Amino acid sequence: MVDALQQLLQGVFGPVFPLVWTLLKIVLIIAPLLLGVAYLTFWERKVIGWMQVRIGPNRVGPWGLIQPIADGVKLLMKEIVIPSGASKGIFLIAPMFAFAPALAAWAVIPFNDTMVLANVNASLLYIMAVTSVGVYGIILAGWSSNSKYAFLGGMRSAAQMISYEVAMGLALVVVLMVSNSLNLGDIVKAQGRGMFADNGLGFLSWNWLPLLPMFVVYLISIVAETNRAPFDMAEGESEIVGFHVEYSGMAFAVFFLAEYANMILVSTLTAVLFLGGWLSPVGFLPDSIFWLFVKIAAVLFFFLWIRATFPRYRYDQIMRLGWKVFIPVCLIWLTVVGCWMMSPWNIWK
Amino acid sequence: MEFKTFVFYFFAAIMVFAALRVITARNPVQAALFLVLTFVSASGIWMLLQAEFLAIALVLVYVGAVMVLFLFVVMMLDINLDRVREGFWSYLPLGAIVALLMVAEMGLVLGGNYFDLFENKVPQAAADATNVMSVARLMYTDYVYPVELASVILLVGIVAAVVLTMRDRRKTKAVDPATQVIVKAKDRMRVLQMPSEKQG
Amino acid sequence: MTLAEMQFVIPDLRPASAELFMLAMACGILLVDLFVKDKKRTLTFVLTQLALLGAAVITFMTSTGEIAYTFSNMYVDDLLGDLLKLLTYLTVIVVLFYSRGYVLDRPQMAKGEYYTLTLFATLGMMVMISANHFLTVYLGLELLSLSLYALVALNRDSVQATEAAMKYFVLGALASGLLLYGMSMIYGATGTLEITAVAERLYQGQANKSILVFGLVFLVAGIAFKLGVVPFHMWIPDVYHGAPTAITLLIASAPKLAAFAIVMRMLVNGLVVLAADWQMMLIILSVLSMAIGNLAAIAQTNLKRMLAYSAISHMGFMLLGLVTGVIGGDARFALNAYSSSMFYVITYVLTSAGTFGMILLLARAGFESDLLDDFKGLNKRSPWFAAMMMMMMFSMAGVPFFVGFFAKFSVLQAVVAAGYLWLAIAAVIFSLIGAFYYLRVVKLMYFDQPNDPSPIHAPFDVKLLMSANGLAVALLGIFPQALMSICAVALLRSL
Repeated sequence: MVDALQQLLQGVFGPVFPLVWTLLKIVLIIAPLLLGVAYLTFWERKVIGWMQVRIGPNRVGPWGLIQPIADGVKLLMKEIVIPSGASKGIFLIAPMFAFAPALAAWAVIPFNDTMVLANVNASLLYIMAVTSVGVYGIILAGWSSNSKYAFLGGMRSAAQMISYEVAMGLALVVVLMVSNSLNLGDIVKAQGRGMFADNGLGFLSWNWLPLLPMFVVYLISIVAETNRAPFDMAEGESEIVGFHVEYSGMAFAVFFLAEYANMILVSTLTAVLFLGGWLSPVGFLPDSIFWLFVKIAAVLFFFLWIRATFPRYRYDQIMRLGWKVFIPVCLIWLTVVGCWMMSPWNIWK
Repeated sequence: MEFKTFVFYFFAAIMVFAALRVITARNPVQAALFLVLTFVSASGIWMLLQAEFLAIALVLVYVGAVMVLFLFVVMMLDINLDRVREGFWSYLPLGAIVALLMVAEMGLVLGGNYFDLFENKVPQAAADATNVMSVARLMYTDYVYPVELASVILLVGIVAAVVLTMRDRRKTKAVDPATQVIVKAKDRMRVLQMPSEKQG
Repeated sequence: MTLAEMQFVIPDLRPASAELFMLAMACGILLVDLFVKDKKRTLTFVLTQLALLGAAVITFMTSTGEIAYTFSNMYVDDLLGDLLKLLTYLTVIVVLFYSRGYVLDRPQMAKGEYYTLTLFATLGMMVMISANHFLTVYLGLELLSLSLYALVALNRDSVQATEAAMKYFVLGALASGLLLYGMSMIYGATGTLEITAVAERLYQGQANKSILVFGLVFLVAGIAFKLGVVPFHMWIPDVYHGAPTAITLLIASAPKLAAFAIVMRMLVNGLVVLAADWQMMLIILSVLSMAIGNLAAIAQTNLKRMLAYSAISHMGFMLLGLVTGVIGGDARFALNAYSSSMFYVITYVLTSAGTFGMILLLARAGFESDLLDDFKGLNKRSPWFAAMMMMMMFSMAGVPFFVGFFAKFSVLQAVVAAGYLWLAIAAVIFSLIGAFYYLRVVKLMYFDQPNDPSPIHAPFDVKLLMSANGLAVALLGIFPQALMSICAVALLRSL
């Protein structure tokens, strides 16, 4: 069926066909993603509500399902107030700096062994590079608002993000070492090999088990990286003013969307790097893209769960955790895995 | 013209424009952002040369870390650009001489093709090894000594930064988070049994 | 390709064992210092001296007479390198002894990092001395320079020190940039960065001359900055004056040996085919340095600044030996010329350590003792040390029967033998002019009344070392042959 569609389009567009096909694939990734982002906000409010023994939003539409659309319409209708003395150009570009990396990184995520938009050999490196551009959105938003509180909030948030990027990067280096490749597809396939996978218990040969400390570090780092509770000191809603205080209307909505899109992106990365991507956990069920969606949903549920459960970390506690706990743990585990791979008990041939 | 040539000219034009704006922008934050644009276009050009590791590393290191540092510094310092620009005309002759020298040099190097200056061609890499692997292989076998030396230089940088800026914090009364997080409930609370009081 | 399929041959670590030991000790001392509670950091000091001593022992024991290459020909272990390294260790040991009292009197500087940064600077010097690749030269230079920038700024509450550190840093970064420019052009012309391979390709005539000369100009500019010769000398008076005296002592002594080493490696080992070009450049640099150094020093009232200008003139004099190596394609005089330069550098380092050490001897908490007036009447306060200072001043001035005289004499001999009579005459005239300010110090010590007649308090080890320093200056002047022949043999076996 896909081939028939391709033939049709080739007939219609001729020489620009590769461009059109790529654009179609991009739309096929971005459209469900945006829908997912919108309904993730709804799902979060529902889940946190249930954990707090109350029902979340259920008024707008059947079971409250039109809620995200209502929120979107509301934000679109609001006026974008640009503070006096703010640098207008930078004020308006900052949300784009935050949102664009969250979308650009999806180009290299493999959904299946054949379904990936760009099968780049250095895809892990590409993702690290693209996500580190996301910090600019925060810094520029804070600075261009011409407000001391926003500026300090921006600096806090940016410092937290770049601190946890180091720990994340080191955890990814360990994954790279054991998978012997930077290509995300190869990393998933490497998790499908090993003693447990051959005996049918695939989920024990995924990276989360031999690299358990790295899995824990990575899970916590992505929560800190996306400025989610309990690491949301930078935007701690009831306590302190964050970098987006001067933003309203659609500009604020873009920051909001960027945060949730980033959440989905890092959940997908966790699923791909540590939880076996599209691989099935047991031998008798086939691999498929639905396993990937289940894993992403599980990690997202973890995000929502800890938001409802834990109290907020203080800023100096956040920085201490990132620099003085995670980085030494990563470095030590890197050495351990390195020695393990050179020893006769190497399980990653 | 070929698509690749078109892409090259596109990136190169953006790069030259952005570089010009870096030195002519009034606002230092704008100048830093144009520098980010320059780096990203340079990365695109390197990608065209099939040096994907270097291109991505440029974005990861320069745009992701170094320019963030620049932006932090530029934003925290109150740079009065008019005062910095004051001596422009008096420095122009010296600057012009240095610039002319560099242009002459570059002309020699770039025009070398026409004057048969280069016997050494850029070697073609093996097709199966990725860029990252080739760089890594060279770095840790032939060039391991310079790599280790570079790491020692970075260590000296860290030690120097800490020793020059860390002040003794004994005057503040902040709690040490390390002791804070390992507190147990029984260290702070004591549950007592008391007989219930009846309402008289 | 999996990890197992990559062929990796571990390089021969034996020639480089001194550097490995020094790196391990520097990192170890960095960690140990965290747990030292003692304000005087005695353990750190003792460990640092032991590290330097250990490195000296290792260098001595792994030194064969043969040239050994390792780390893919980036590292060379020859007799020249071993000799210079041993002298570097000795100098740094002496520097640390002299500076200990000064550093302890100033709380901002009395940190363990003072010792670790000095060790890293020594490591940088060792790397520079043993470099056989332009990249290694640059990395060693940067390692040395970064450690020195941090050390100059260590007394962070002092405005002069911070200003001196900023100047040193900015100018040093610029000079490193020029050096890299030169290296990249030489790479473009010859296709390789390895120094011995560059020499080979130049012999075979495989390189483009115009790019090479461009590259050579930038290279010489970068080297001239590190040596401190005109027109790249502007940092020397300001940095020597502004930096804390202990750091000035370090900057003025040991790095000069490393700078000499990289001149030998890059210009003589690598680019000897272009000798006609760089010799001409060095002649200009040398004459200007001697002129400006000697003339400017006359007007100074601050002893550190005066010694800074004298350093410029001495380096200019040392360069004279290097310009007479290859005359018209004929390398007959090369050994004589280069060994006289080496002898000059070694004796200059010895004397310079002594003079700055004397300033440190007189300094106390809050009192820098770097003005000429502070040396007035030193003879009344302590005749022995006045005599030591007199010997060092005479040696620097070139008065006969001190080692400085023999150093100058051998360099002038090489210059005359090469036929540059006018150059020798100019050198002698400038030295005579320069003798004035050295003799002025001697006059102040012996013929003036002291400002502060209290006797000199110094720990015993410093007094011992200072006496040894002064006596060495005198004795080497009477028996210079041993050191001169060692220099000649080292150069003979290495080039």
